[in-house]
Amino acid sequence: MSGTYLGMPSFPTAAAASTRDMRLRGNLRHATHTIRAKREQAVAELGDWQELRAAGAALKERTLRHLDHYLEQLEDAVTAAGGHVHWAQDAAEANRIVTDLVLRTGESEVVKVKSMATQEIGLNDALARAGISAHETDLAELIVQLGDDLPSHILVPAIHRNRDEIRDIFRSKMGDRGRAAPKNLSDDPRELAEAARLHLREKFLNAKVGVSGANFMVAETGTLVVVESEGNGRMCLTLPETLISVVGIEKVVPTWQDLEVFLQTLPRSSTAERMNPYTSTWTGTTDEDGPSDFHLVLLDNGRTDALADTVGRQALRCIRCSACLNVCPVYERAGGHAYGSAYPGPIGAILTPQLRGVGSELDASLPYASSLCGACYEVCPVAIDIPEVLVHLRERVVEGGTVSVRGRRTTVKPAKGHAAERAAMRAARWTFEHPRALRAGMRMASHARRLTPRRLPLPGAGRAWSDSRDLPRPAPESFRDWWRRTRGPDAGSADSGKAEVRERGERRDGGAR
Amino acid sequence: MRVALFITCINDALYPGTGQAVVTLLERLGVEVGFPEEQSCCGQPQFNTGYRSEAAPLARRYADVFRDYDHIVVPSGSCAAMVRDNHPRIDAEAAAGTAARTYELTEFLVDVLGVTDVGAYYPHTVTYHPTCHGLRMLGLGDRPRRLLEAVKGLRLVELEGAEECCGFGGTFAVKNADVSAAMGADKARHIEETDAEAVCTVDNSCLMHIGGTLARRGAAARPVHIAEILAATEEAPS
Repeated sequence: MSGTYLGMPSFPTAAAASTRDMRLRGNLRHATHTIRAKREQAVAELGDWQELRAAGAALKERTLRHLDHYLEQLEDAVTAAGGHVHWAQDAAEANRIVTDLVLRTGESEVVKVKSMATQEIGLNDALARAGISAHETDLAELIVQLGDDLPSHILVPAIHRNRDEIRDIFRSKMGDRGRAAPKNLSDDPRELAEAARLHLREKFLNAKVGVSGANFMVAETGTLVVVESEGNGRMCLTLPETLISVVGIEKVVPTWQDLEVFLQTLPRSSTAERMNPYTSTWTGTTDEDGPSDFHLVLLDNGRTDALADTVGRQALRCIRCSACLNVCPVYERAGGHAYGSAYPGPIGAILTPQLRGVGSELDASLPYASSLCGACYEVCPVAIDIPEVLVHLRERVVEGGTVSVRGRRTTVKPAKGHAAERAAMRAARWTFEHPRALRAGMRMASHARRLTPRRLPLPGAGRAWSDSRDLPRPAPESFRDWWRRTRGPDAGSADSGKAEVRERGERRDGGAR
Repeated sequence: MRVALFITCINDALYPGTGQAVVTLLERLGVEVGFPEEQSCCGQPQFNTGYRSEAAPLARRYADVFRDYDHIVVPSGSCAAMVRDNHPRIDAEAAAGTAARTYELTEFLVDVLGVTDVGAYYPHTVTYHPTCHGLRMLGLGDRPRRLLEAVKGLRLVELEGAEECCGFGGTFAVKNADVSAAMGADKARHIEETDAEAVCTVDNSCLMHIGGTLARRGAAARPVHIAEILAATEEAPS
């Protein structure tokens, strides 16, 4: 992967360009609407969906509360089963550990199972700097890698590409990294898949080192779990001699029985399948079977800090199903790249600013990349109240506050660039606290209503509104003036007794539209 | 039963007709409506933009102003949701008296008054857009639809992608104007495809965005708040 999220512009700036990319819009609309409808069906089949959702949330919440305990239990179990556990505080440390482990094998190539954690830390770039080629083996990740591109979706990293584009990428780039695609390759999905299969088969059979993530880690036995659809994961987890798994610390669950919940909710939420085609589990190493050398790199990279935030920590429940992306109207129009991180969509908008902080313009813009419509919360299989966390993080952006940074309580100052907005919010609050001023202000607006244009030429909020929408016009008379004129000044109070009903048939004039 | 109208700031200044319709409707149903003039704004714009400290005095003010009422009726799904869901998050003690007694208009009609046929007459083709906060935060379900279906003369037509956000989202509409406009354009297109004369919601803030988009596109459909449909009768048409 040669692309990078570093130095990307703020969400609104990136989205201004991507919303105008009609091919991207078409690809995303088609893909998200298809998955969205299928997920709804798959979920509707289960009579106990809401109970499963609540159970998943409770399991994760409880595990997170005792994370230290379960991680140590996991470490002991993995070690007892012949594996090696490494702790990485941040991306740089994790990359260094993995790079050293690969170099120690003497190999210069690794095969990879699709993994969000390694995307998050930019592992492929780090390996490349050490002269190691990492080959993505998930079909969509392969498309992204060959296209010098970045993933734009958690489950379907190449969702922004259509068949034509994939054929062109395969034809022109596949040969650079191994077995080339046939020259007459068409855009038929079967042909595309076959070209990828042949290209990847070579990688699997030659690989001595595999790198993966994990969907779950079972503390009681030290077992790791990967769920996938293509079988590439099974290959990478079983064929190489050395297996290195980089996993976020929040992926631990206490027992095998807990998987009962997540192995139902995850596939239905992500691929709309009752069960995913491949579920691989492994526990340490086994003689004469699978990798003989197994390393687990436990990744913090901001997770402990997120855990310290009592509102924001629910983001750590996420099982990376991407249902929230598929229902998000903002994601559908802006596309995944606008979110500037491995985690796009609603979950990215609450996870990235917690893992990276809200210091950069991009990260500070992410909590605002939502209309707060709540569709994400509705579909989340672990009931993460994404709108609640978005608003919470907006507060951190504009009002600052105390957060944990590498375990230390740190004061965050309000972000710059919000002075005019802050003044407007304060002025509005003051006015709303002084009903006389409010009434006077509304009267002034009413008098000037005929002067209110439908469009505003000057830059700012007015123009941002009126570029695509007519501005509303103040009514000739506010409701409160109408009430006072028709009912008298005291009619409204709770103590006034019977309010006489006058002018019942009066013509209503909304006037504003 | 002491019932207060919380008009909301947007309705007060821009859409007083909606408030007048609520008064007309509730009085027709025999409900005496009070309007405490000390009311102002629920604090939603401040809260949802991150200015919790600016929203807090407004949330407490709301609790103060409406303390003595049994029911507070709000002709806005998002303002009702702000009061019910977020005021307790801001100040649980202050909100204890008022949050749970706050009802969005259609909830008040169906759940408290127990009516779905309010005796309205509205001889027009209407499509209904369920606004997000009404749909997902309040859980209005089919209440608005049941009320509309009982309106004499009204023909309700289905809206494709009805449950998808229109793109308003408060300050989102200007902070992410391009995405908001793209969402609004899709919503407007679906409304135009229904050939309805009017698009109806429980929230004028969403309608301000939808209506503004429709007007800019030169579309025929007009935005109308559900209160104005329910208040209309054969004797006093809208």
